[in-house]
Amino acid sequence: MADTLAGPVPQAPDPAPEFPMPRAARCPFDPPPALKELQREAPLTRVRLWDGSEPWLVTRYAEQRAVLGDARVSADTDRPGYPTKASPDAGEGKLSFIMMDDPEHARLRRMVTAPFAVKKVEALRPAVQRIVDGLIDDLLARSGPVDLVEAFALPIPSLVICELLGVPYDDHAFFQDSTKTMVRTTATPEERGAASREVAGYLAQLLGKRIAEPKDDLLSGIAGRVTAGEIDHRQATEMALLLLIAGHETTANMIALGTLALLEHPDQLALLRDTDDPKLVASAVEELLRYLHITHLGRRRAVTEDIEIGGQVIRAGEGVILANEIANRDPEVFPDPDRLDLTRDARRHVAFGFGVHQCLGQPLARMELQVVYGTLYRRIPTLRLACPLTDVRFKNDAFIYGVHELPVAW
Amino acid sequence: MKVELEADKCVASGQCVLAAMDVFDQDDDGIAILLEDTPAPELLDDVKEAVAVCPAAAIRLVDR
Repeated sequence: MADTLAGPVPQAPDPAPEFPMPRAARCPFDPPPALKELQREAPLTRVRLWDGSEPWLVTRYAEQRAVLGDARVSADTDRPGYPTKASPDAGEGKLSFIMMDDPEHARLRRMVTAPFAVKKVEALRPAVQRIVDGLIDDLLARSGPVDLVEAFALPIPSLVICELLGVPYDDHAFFQDSTKTMVRTTATPEERGAASREVAGYLAQLLGKRIAEPKDDLLSGIAGRVTAGEIDHRQATEMALLLLIAGHETTANMIALGTLALLEHPDQLALLRDTDDPKLVASAVEELLRYLHITHLGRRRAVTEDIEIGGQVIRAGEGVILANEIANRDPEVFPDPDRLDLTRDARRHVAFGFGVHQCLGQPLARMELQVVYGTLYRRIPTLRLACPLTDVRFKNDAFIYGVHELPVAW
Repeated sequence: MKVELEADKCVASGQCVLAAMDVFDQDDDGIAILLEDTPAPELLDDVKEAVAVCPAAAIRLVDR
C-alpha cells in the first residue's frame, strides 16, 4: 500500500481575508483598499465572515451581474450556505419577498410594484419639490449650523414613503428610531428583534384599520390582498415593514453622504449649483449612486446548484457575496473609476443591485434625489461643512452606509 | 432590428422606460410594455441601453 505520508506535506492555504474589510481612514467615499486589490487579482475569492464561514466574494462587474441574474442563486436566508450579515435577529420574521425566490418572490413583489412605475413616480415630483422647498425655507430661517441629516435628509424620504404607504408622519420619530436600531450592526440580536417587532406591531395595527376601512394608499392596497385571501396578515405586515424601512433609510443616507461628497468636490458641486438642466441633474444622481455605495456589506446569496462563474465552480450549498461598491469601481466598465464625474454616463451601475431582486423603489429614489440635488445647492449656494471632515462620524457600524450627522452652515 | 420583450420576466424596475421612453412603457402594475417593436434607427442606442440595464434580461434586440 502506498505510503500517503511520503509525499510533500501540503501547505496550509493562506487564511481567507475577513469580510467586511475596513476602509482607508482618509477615504470615506472609497471602498476598502483590500477590495480593490482583490478585484485586480481575481474575480472570485474566499472570505471569512463573523461566524467563521467562508463564502465566495465576487468583486468584478461582469461576474456580479452573472451571479445576480442566475436563477440557481437564492436570496433565501434559510438556505444552506447563505452568508448571514450578523446573528439572526431574535424572533424576527423574514423581510418579505427580498428574502424569497421566484415564483413566490415574483407573486408578492408584483402586488406592490404599481405605485413605483416611472410615470406614477413622476406625477409625485411636484409634491416632492414642495416638501424639499419647504424644508429649505425652514433651514434658511435658522442661522446654522444645522444637522442636515435630521433637518433635511431624513424627513424627505420619510414624508414621501409615509404619504405613499398611508402611514401618519406624526409617528415618524418612533419608526425612525426603531429603524436605526434595526440597521445598526452593533445592536444585539435581541435589540434588533425588539425594534423590528415594535414597528411590525404598529404596521399590523394600521393594516387592520385599512382592512376595515380602505383608503387611497399603498397600505390599503396590501390590505386588499389580505381581504382577497392572497396573503395573510403576517405576510402583509412584513411587506409593509420592508417598504417603510427601504423607503427612508437608504435615500436619506444618499442625500447626506452625497451632499458631503459634493462639498468635498467643489468643482462637481458647482456643476449642480449652476445648472437647471434636468439631464445633468439626472446624470449626477446616477454618478453619485455609482460613486457612493450605501449598501456596503454586499448583496448575499446561496447557490442551489453548481455554477461556474469567472472560471470558478461554486458548489451547491456555498454562499456568495456581491460587493456592489467595488463593481461600481470596475475600470473595465467605468474608466478612471475613482473619479467623481457628474457628466459621465454611469447608468449601468449596480447600486440598486441586479437581477430579479433589483430595487423596487428605484424610480422613487431617483426622483427624490434629482429634486434634492437639483434644488439644495442652487438655493443655498454657500452651503458648507461646519466641522472638519475628520469630525464627521461615518456609519461603518450600520448595514447601510452614510453619516450619523452632517453639521452644515451657509 | 426588432425588439423582443418577455413581460413575464419583467420585475417592474422601470429601467427600460428611463432608457428608452419612446419604445417602452409600463402597465398599471409597472410591468413593461413594448410601444414599438421596430424602433427608428435613431432610437437604437437607447434600446441597447435598455437591454443592458434590464435587471431581468427580459429585453432582446434581434436581427430580422
